[in-house]
Amino acid sequence: MSKLDVSRRGLLRTGAVAGAGLALPTIFTAQSAHAFTNEPTGGTVTLGFNVPQTGPYADEGADELRAYELAVEHLNGGGDGGMMNTFSSKALQGNGILGKKVQYVTGDTQTKSDAARASAKSMIEKDGAIMITGGSSSGVAVAVQALCQEAGVIFMAGLTHSNDTTGKDKRANGFRHFFNSYMSGAALAPVLAGAYGTDRKAYHLTADYNWGYTTEEAVKSSTEAMGWDTVAAVKTPLTQTDFSSYIAPVLQSGADTLVLNHYGGNMVNSLTNAVQFGLRDKQVNGKDFQIVVPLYSRLMAKGAGANVKGIFGSTNWHWTLQDEGSKAFVRSFGTKYGFPPSQAAHTTYVQTLLYADAVERAGSFAPCAVAEALEDYEFDGLGNGKTLYRGADHQCFKDVLVVKGKENPTSEFDLLEIVEVTPVDQVTYAPDHPQFSGGALGTCNNGA
Amino acid sequence: MDAIILQILNGLDKGSAYALIALGLTLIFGTLGVVNFAHGALFMIGAFCAVTLSRILTLSHTIIDETQKDFLGNPLKVEVPYVHDLFGQATGDAIIDWAVPLSVLFAIPIMILVGVVMERGLIKHFYKRPHADQILVTFGLAIVLQEVIKYFYGANPIPTPAPAAFKGSLDFGAMLGFDPNLIIYPYWRIIYFGFAAVIIGGVFAFLQFTTFGMVVRAGMADRETVGLLGINIDKRFTIMFGIAAAVAGLAGVMYTPINSPNYHMGMDFLVLSFVVVVVGGMGSLPGAVLAGFLLGVLESFASMREVIDIIPGINQIIIYLVAIIILLTRPRGLMGRKGVMED
Repeated sequence: MSKLDVSRRGLLRTGAVAGAGLALPTIFTAQSAHAFTNEPTGGTVTLGFNVPQTGPYADEGADELRAYELAVEHLNGGGDGGMMNTFSSKALQGNGILGKKVQYVTGDTQTKSDAARASAKSMIEKDGAIMITGGSSSGVAVAVQALCQEAGVIFMAGLTHSNDTTGKDKRANGFRHFFNSYMSGAALAPVLAGAYGTDRKAYHLTADYNWGYTTEEAVKSSTEAMGWDTVAAVKTPLTQTDFSSYIAPVLQSGADTLVLNHYGGNMVNSLTNAVQFGLRDKQVNGKDFQIVVPLYSRLMAKGAGANVKGIFGSTNWHWTLQDEGSKAFVRSFGTKYGFPPSQAAHTTYVQTLLYADAVERAGSFAPCAVAEALEDYEFDGLGNGKTLYRGADHQCFKDVLVVKGKENPTSEFDLLEIVEVTPVDQVTYAPDHPQFSGGALGTCNNGA
Repeated sequence: MDAIILQILNGLDKGSAYALIALGLTLIFGTLGVVNFAHGALFMIGAFCAVTLSRILTLSHTIIDETQKDFLGNPLKVEVPYVHDLFGQATGDAIIDWAVPLSVLFAIPIMILVGVVMERGLIKHFYKRPHADQILVTFGLAIVLQEVIKYFYGANPIPTPAPAAFKGSLDFGAMLGFDPNLIIYPYWRIIYFGFAAVIIGGVFAFLQFTTFGMVVRAGMADRETVGLLGINIDKRFTIMFGIAAAVAGLAGVMYTPINSPNYHMGMDFLVLSFVVVVVGGMGSLPGAVLAGFLLGVLESFASMREVIDIIPGINQIIIYLVAIIILLTRPRGLMGRKGVMED
């Protein structure tokens, strides 16, 4: 009979060796079995659609989700194929992605950065999503993009308009199809100068957060370059609902133009208040007073009702475009859901097709291979004419639409009319442009 | 000078909404001793009464117009409101145009019913519970109500314009001898201010000059003694809850042309209204009205560019700053009863 002699030191040593031994196979498994995060191994591949399902942008999120479901249907060979028929690349065959059937999971961003990160993290870690896409806010896009970079998955941004998404906060794993504040300013300024002249005094009301700042800067610099003078730029709290105390002093300032750098509920309320105050019926400096809304969305215009009539703004895409890609998408979406798609639906649908196409062309789901396939990729047939996914900052460059609130709408969807399709050359800028300075793309991360 | 007059006007108009909501809130606290965080939701439900009546008045049948095409190239479906069929196009359009003022009549019985059901069905079970429990349950109720509204009406704001006759603005500046356009104010906001004054006056008159009001006031001062006199004070307090709900609801109805209603509008006003009640004095009706207008005017002045240039960010904190100062120096509020909030 032997005596078991257990010492504290011996126990620790034995435990450490045993622990290392047990951990060793796991470490090797993790490194060797998966070359990158969530590498699909079965017959399916999972995409993560992270959209606002609750909160103030829930309607916009619902439209994004409809577009994602339509894109998945088309990728798997269902429906009429939509824009896959007009897309210049013919890599997509309607048999999923690389032969794997596409399935999806959804998350709720709530239009809050922390909630959006949590839902994206859950989709990556629990559901095995290989790509995350969606969102209706730049704050959310920047936060989720950073998360995807760390996790080693591709992020295809949804509706995000701040310069920073592909400026100081750009990431190698993140890609944006939507246009940005700089492009809005560059497209709008010549149209405004043509309609209202070059001798104008502008008063800016700006939402007090990142997107507001970049939009104000972009519109200010573009209009000032055309000869306009900026009388004042006032920040308004994001939580503001009644803008009367900000709008009332506008006429006293001597301004003859009000620029509302607001989006969503802020824009609906500030525009409604400005029209209530009768600003558009006034004459200042011998000119009719005018209001400008740099970023329009149809869903937002609906909230503002008749107040949008005759007011200029810019938009990424509009369902009345007559190119073959837009017509195919509107037909497909309209037949399925009974109404035309919004610009949020368009950009998310396109992002899904672009991701799938890049995987097919790369022949791999590996994020770095996909990123390489997307970088400096030129395509057409997806609704905005010839488009370049610039490799230097992962921003899409394409024509930008200048629109105006329609005077006599024929339906609740027919609220905006396209005034000008601004050519891509006019909205292109250098990657090191001051409005996009700071930050670096970094290197692509495959994760795992 | 013109800028000061303009911001006073703005403040009075903002203060009208604060005062109306805070009046109901403090009325409930004064009578039932309940801190009702669902009161903002009543404001929101009132606004959606206007949206609902507007939708009822625009209920339509569809006719096919072969001469026009929809976005898919099919013959256009044109919606024709039933009121056109019933009253002719001109009268029908006028009825639709006046949807918001008509909603005042529509909202009163609905809001009283909502208030009574809310009090009898849920809140009365929390009278003897701590304030923390009351806050939790009413805040939860507010979230449920806003999610219900979002489910049926969506998350986007819904435009609900004022009648065409009240569009545009009045040039106060020209009336006071200033240059034109210096002091302009929208007609509907002037109407809102007048409406708020009538409602506030009505509530005070009701409490001051009716037997019912006298009993309620007596109950607010000493509930136990009134009960010992054989008066069913609980029943009267339930009715007061209904009246408070109607006041908040009417404030919401008339607010719809100022800002397009959305499911979140109650929460937007709730915190501010609580601050108003605390500053005015918990349970004090004149205090709520005074503090509503005072904070409305202060908020307007703090939003002036000249003020923000001197103290950046003051527009975002002014109301809370005042609340902190009041709580530190006079915990019972401007017109609160001695002892309330001073323990």
